[in-house]
Amino acid sequence: MTSLTGTAPRAAVPGRIGPAAGLRHTMTLAWRSLVQIKHNPMELLDLSVQPIMFLLLFTYVFGGAISGSTSEYLQFSLPGLVVQNMLFATLTTAIGLSTDISKGVFDRLRSLPIARSAPLAGRIVADTLKQIWAFALFLGLGTVLGFRVQTGVVGVAGALALLVGFALAMSWLSVLIGLVAADPEKVQIMAFSVMMPLTFTSNAFVPTKTLPEWLQRWVEVNPVTHLADAVRGLLSGGPVATHATISLLWALGIALVFIPLSLRAFRSRA
Amino acid sequence: MRYAVQAEGLMKRYGETRALDGVDLAIPEGRLLGVLGPNGAGKTTAVRILATLLRADSGRATVGGFDVAKEPHKVRSLIGLTGQYAAVDETLTGVENLVMIGRLLGLTRAASRQRAAELLDRFALTDAGGRAAKTFSGGMRRRLDLAASLVGHPAVLFLDEPTTGLDPRSRTDLWDVVRGLMADGVTVLLTTQYLQEADELADDIVVFDHGRVIASGTSDELKATTGAQVLQVRPTAAHHLPLVAEVIADLIGERPDLTGGEATVNIKDATVVPAVVRRLDDLGVVASELSLRKSSLDEVFLALTGHRAEDQTSAQEAPTKEKEEVPA
Repeated sequence: MTSLTGTAPRAAVPGRIGPAAGLRHTMTLAWRSLVQIKHNPMELLDLSVQPIMFLLLFTYVFGGAISGSTSEYLQFSLPGLVVQNMLFATLTTAIGLSTDISKGVFDRLRSLPIARSAPLAGRIVADTLKQIWAFALFLGLGTVLGFRVQTGVVGVAGALALLVGFALAMSWLSVLIGLVAADPEKVQIMAFSVMMPLTFTSNAFVPTKTLPEWLQRWVEVNPVTHLADAVRGLLSGGPVATHATISLLWALGIALVFIPLSLRAFRSRA
Repeated sequence: MRYAVQAEGLMKRYGETRALDGVDLAIPEGRLLGVLGPNGAGKTTAVRILATLLRADSGRATVGGFDVAKEPHKVRSLIGLTGQYAAVDETLTGVENLVMIGRLLGLTRAASRQRAAELLDRFALTDAGGRAAKTFSGGMRRRLDLAASLVGHPAVLFLDEPTTGLDPRSRTDLWDVVRGLMADGVTVLLTTQYLQEADELADDIVVFDHGRVIASGTSDELKATTGAQVLQVRPTAAHHLPLVAEVIADLIGERPDLTGGEATVNIKDATVVPAVVRRLDDLGVVASELSLRKSSLDEVFLALTGHRAEDQTSAQEAPTKEKEEVPA
């Protein structure tokens, strides 16, 4: 029988972890979050059900009522749906983290001689790849249904970059929720009670001018509005700079608030 | 003697509660220390501090000579941790769980696979290795969890209530695994609520209660310190029990416990037993059972703390039966 333990000579252990090793740890943990998809392709479907459903429902149920025609509405709503889906998808990070904590996996990882940031960074890398997948799915399915990108490759790349950038900032809020929530179900509840109103009180699905005046004032501030307008501009043409700048400022603000809070929760996590 | 684990004066407070209230521990290399105590005694807090997951408010601790607070990274490279819950990723297969740890520890892909195969074989999980861990039974998950903590050949292993919630057979299986590890020279700190488990496995035992070490020694030493041998007398006729109690109280100077139709009393001096027998004989009391034995760890715990070790938990644990069925 092979010896299970301690007899093998141990390499000298450095006191710190270099950036290369830290990156390797992060990639291993990102692999861990994604590998399930390989032997359970249903996972990919899970990621895709909400985009597909929302796209179909919004286009064919509300399209006629809101824009007079489904194809016109699709051109307006797809960027909004992309933004909404991106925001919901940031919660994957919270749910994954919370599951790891409640199952003890988080403690196992923290007891290993790996970079402290790797358990968080690995998740975020994996969840970013999932974001890219969802974006591609929206564009692909949208094109089949009649959505037309009227800008070009640069516009699409710009929209993706903006969405991923915003998602990265939001994932720190997600990390905080994941660290403080008692269990993964609570994350879902917390998440929906924030994300639903946030995404619906914007111009993601309806033009601002159709809303009551008091609501319009919030809608014009809501980062979802600016993101949706920026993505519209990048995909369909139209003004981008102002909306993109405001979106990025929001992202920066969110990051500045939630990175320190998340790191504090991460360090003090007992 | 060289110590693999040493702790002095560990304190940890959560608000008003003192989870640890000045704990000292020392485990010589290659020995197994059993930390025995009820829920909330501070066992898990101590393990978490030693495994670098939690900082003590005061006191210091070293593992393998490295300070857990100052050189946590070096400590982490020496230890394996198996917590109270089987900490495996349920969506990954058994193999993938172990390969992930191997890769994180810097093994090549091939070496990680080989190490995973070795461990799965050792823990009788080879056949299940390709299945997602969520399909595993409770016992299989614990074994996978233990395997995961061994990927890096740890010199010191922390087992925090590794058998809580397991059925008796899985429990004894796990004991065999732990004995195998000790044969390999690993130093083990095992926490448990089960007195029998400490008795079976531990070289040394410390008893925790309310964040303090209230007793320590080998199993035999602990049994001896409370003085105790235990005299049990069961009269054939139940109505003789009060009479037996009176005789014992008179000759030993302590009132026996009368639960279960028998009189049970701790005695310090076994020479009193013949006198008890003679007196009972004179009174015409026939005993169907009369025994003198060393007190069990259970009784030691009761004598030390004033409450039974498993009292507080049995009520909570009863409804949470871990599933044991193995899906085909």
